[in-house]
Amino acid sequence: MAGSTFPILSALIVTPGVGAVVVALLPKQRPQLVKPVALLVTLATAALTVYLLVDFKTGAAGFQDVTKHSWIGSLGISWHLGVDGISLFLVVLTGILFPIALLAADPPHDAKSYTAWILLLEAGVLGSFLSLDLFLFFVFFEIVLVPMYFLIGGWGYDNRVYASLKFFLFTMAGSAVMLVGIFTTVALHANETGTVTFDVVEIATSQSISQNAARWLFLAFALAFAVKVPLIPLHTWLPDAHTQAPTAGSVLLAGVLLKLGSYGFLRFGLYLFPEASHYFAPLFLTLGTIGIIYGAICACMQRDLKRLVAYSSVAHMGFIVLGTFAFTMQSVTGGVLQMVNHGVSTGALFILVGFISERRHTREISALKGLQAVAPIFAAVFIVVAFSSIGLPGLNGFVGEFLVLIGSFLTARWWTVVAAGGVILAALYLLWAVQRVFMGEPDEANRSFKELTLREGLVMAPLLALIVFCGVYPKPLIDRIEPSVKELVTHVEKYAGFELPVTPTPGAKG
Amino acid sequence: MSPAVLAATTFEGPAVQWFALLPLLILVGGGLVLMVVAALVPRGWPKGGYAVVTATLAGAAMVMSVFNWRDVQDHGAQSLVGGAIALDGFSVFITVVICAAVIMTALIADDFLRREGQDGCELYALMLMAAAGGIVMGSANDLIVLFLGLETLSIALYVMAASNPKRLQSQESAIKYFILGGFSSAFFLYGVALVYGATGSTSLPKIMDFLATTNLLNERLLLAGMALLMVGFGFKVAAAPFHIWVPDVYQGAPTPVTSFMASVGKVAAFAALLRVFVVALGQYESDWRPLLWVLAVLTLLVGSVLAVVQTDVKRMLAYSSISHAGFILVGVQAANAKGVAGSLFYLLTYAFLVAGTFAVVTVVVGPGDSQTGLDAFRGLARRRPSLALALTVLLLAQAGVPLTAGFDAKFEVIVAAVDAKSYVLAVIAMLCSVIAAFVYLRITVSMYSTDGEVPAKRLRVPIGAATAVTIAVTFTLVVGFFPSNLIDLARDAVPVIVSGS
Repeated sequence: MAGSTFPILSALIVTPGVGAVVVALLPKQRPQLVKPVALLVTLATAALTVYLLVDFKTGAAGFQDVTKHSWIGSLGISWHLGVDGISLFLVVLTGILFPIALLAADPPHDAKSYTAWILLLEAGVLGSFLSLDLFLFFVFFEIVLVPMYFLIGGWGYDNRVYASLKFFLFTMAGSAVMLVGIFTTVALHANETGTVTFDVVEIATSQSISQNAARWLFLAFALAFAVKVPLIPLHTWLPDAHTQAPTAGSVLLAGVLLKLGSYGFLRFGLYLFPEASHYFAPLFLTLGTIGIIYGAICACMQRDLKRLVAYSSVAHMGFIVLGTFAFTMQSVTGGVLQMVNHGVSTGALFILVGFISERRHTREISALKGLQAVAPIFAAVFIVVAFSSIGLPGLNGFVGEFLVLIGSFLTARWWTVVAAGGVILAALYLLWAVQRVFMGEPDEANRSFKELTLREGLVMAPLLALIVFCGVYPKPLIDRIEPSVKELVTHVEKYAGFELPVTPTPGAKG
Repeated sequence: MSPAVLAATTFEGPAVQWFALLPLLILVGGGLVLMVVAALVPRGWPKGGYAVVTATLAGAAMVMSVFNWRDVQDHGAQSLVGGAIALDGFSVFITVVICAAVIMTALIADDFLRREGQDGCELYALMLMAAAGGIVMGSANDLIVLFLGLETLSIALYVMAASNPKRLQSQESAIKYFILGGFSSAFFLYGVALVYGATGSTSLPKIMDFLATTNLLNERLLLAGMALLMVGFGFKVAAAPFHIWVPDVYQGAPTPVTSFMASVGKVAAFAALLRVFVVALGQYESDWRPLLWVLAVLTLLVGSVLAVVQTDVKRMLAYSSISHAGFILVGVQAANAKGVAGSLFYLLTYAFLVAGTFAVVTVVVGPGDSQTGLDAFRGLARRRPSLALALTVLLLAQAGVPLTAGFDAKFEVIVAAVDAKSYVLAVIAMLCSVIAAFVYLRITVSMYSTDGEVPAKRLRVPIGAATAVTIAVTFTLVVGFFPSNLIDLARDAVPVIVSGS
């Protein structure tokens, strides 16, 4: 913000990064220090994100709190950070989810390196959301892989080695192509304008790359993001990674890592290559819609509760892609909101599934029965979170999905018609799961199911509060997201040469 | 012969710039003196004495190179000894990289030799000679001088590969290397002859002048010569399909020697390749670039795909060195200033990465280089957490993860390829790096695997190897975070062809 000289964005990245090093260097004889230090670091980061939120200038479209320092001068690479309405809530979500994920589940062994990896992951994720330099973004985007790989591979379930390798190789293959795309973008931009720069804003505003080249480059970027989101043919790593990851890993994977893909589409797809995104929109609308339906159908058929939630992620992320490529104010705003909502509610679902599997050492739906009778509070919390994920009005999931659908209907009518069916399917698989797990008479094994403990309740409380708040009163969020989205949509309109149909109502504000 | 003729043709040798040649002289002279003194005083050398002397000599050569570097940057490139040797930023850079590799290998070899019960000085003397040969290759201004350097390096390497008399594999690998190496030298020499036939000279500046001023009516001789040179270089840099020797030789040779081969051998060969093709034969770029394109793709594919199916760590690293060669070829293929700088930067990084990796491997595989299977690394994180962590950093760097030097190296060559509009090659290279990453992750996974029993014995890490690993990891991380200066340095290290004085 103007006037404030404190480099808050750099501090956001550096705090968890330094925290990771500190935790890694803690003496082995004092394992009890690990958790307090890590909590302190993540809470400090969370406090910084909240400060960023309070400090954020509502109604401004451009990047705020911009920091720029030259890093590799001869190549025009710089430490260039900035936040706008699109990235703001993702940053806040990241700040809030990390301490919760740390508190939600203790690692079975070697807490020190586990915690250090989580902190490094936080630095990487925040860096990716805040970077305004292509090179810097790529560095953080790739860095995120390493801690996640070790978290799944080191602390996951039985099939963790396979799942972690698959996750690493899929994502790396996507970003390998993106790296070439980044260099080509920079080289072509330099050819046209004479300045070598990795600055996203500069490249995006000058739009100097020829139409044909831009389309290819868009595909190179899109591949990396499509793997991350994940879009349909490239999604197969996700169920495995989620199922095998430790609870915190799944929470963070669903909560923030997947958002790197959908955020990437907005920031580096639409913003850098508006014409190409418009050109390829039908492809991505189709893939997103297939994802909604396919993810929902797969979720219906899962026997493992965690895998069910993982497939529901595929479906929810499909809505975000649908909203992104419909290019209307409401749909894109809804997509951004849905990113935050999905992070909160799916994160909460994974935490609850983690609790169940801690108690029962199984996640098989068929092995669970009648839990409501023995643990009513636990059941109530689970059902509220499930409702939010289904998109029940009054809870957060509804607002995002509603905006996406109403916005997409204007420009992508038939896709939206099909996608709306996904909402019904979501109700089907989640309610059916709730019915099988919580209703009925508990059998012998489930009779001793423990009620939600105080610690677990404290972990869930902020998430529940967010679920209700964002559902009842999303206006503060929308007010901050909308200006940036508006600018982005106008940017796409201007360069893609298409006009939005006239919006009948000014959206669902509040 | 009459006295009158003799008087008329008094032989006048070329002027010798002793100071500029000091790095070479230190290495060769030091190697000879070390050999003689060790023979005269066979006992009573303190523990690690040879290694310290070798490292000091290489360090001294490095310091002398710094003076040369400043001289070149201030006064421009020159040619030494009647145009036989070039003194430019490029040759000085190569000298420094090779000296650094010698120091690293000396550190690794020290405890290794004692462990194998052969605390002799031959290996160190050979190492110094080989390094001198490598430097000559990197700075040769004449194809014949280049060949001399090549042979000095190769012959020393053959003997080094065979230097463990107790292990049959060591002998076997040396024989394989020797026979195939002999073939490739013959190819190379034949190529030199044909290029001489086509251009009338073996001197690089004269070849360049000739090609620039003359329109060859019949290019066949030159093209055939270039192809044969390419085969010779392809063998030395381990480019597919001339890579067949690499896995066997890397696996069989004593581990420190493998490290030396992978670093110095590759650096020298690539230096010569860059100078001969990109600079001297730059005129014929459009003829050899497609050839290199194919070589690069084959090398990348063979290196990364075949590494996946290996179960022996030394063989995995052998194939990974092939895929690294493919990456450097991507930089060479770009045939522009960025490509040269990128390849140089890659070579420098690779020399450190490979030395650090092999230092860990030397420690883990145990006496007699016997435990080279992937199983030997199982549970390393519990036996020696710091060593496992160091190897993890080095392997991630080889995989090209950001904030490590390995990423910046890949970055540099890919930028060069994109600049030269070789988009397809750049994509293929990046995808191959994903396949190669699988291999590094496999080693990492087995290090952190918690299955099976923990071997009770803690692994002893000798001080020399520990130092080498520390240097390599520090280099990897520092350059990873702040690559700027080193990239600029590599850009200043341009090869220049200066005609003989």
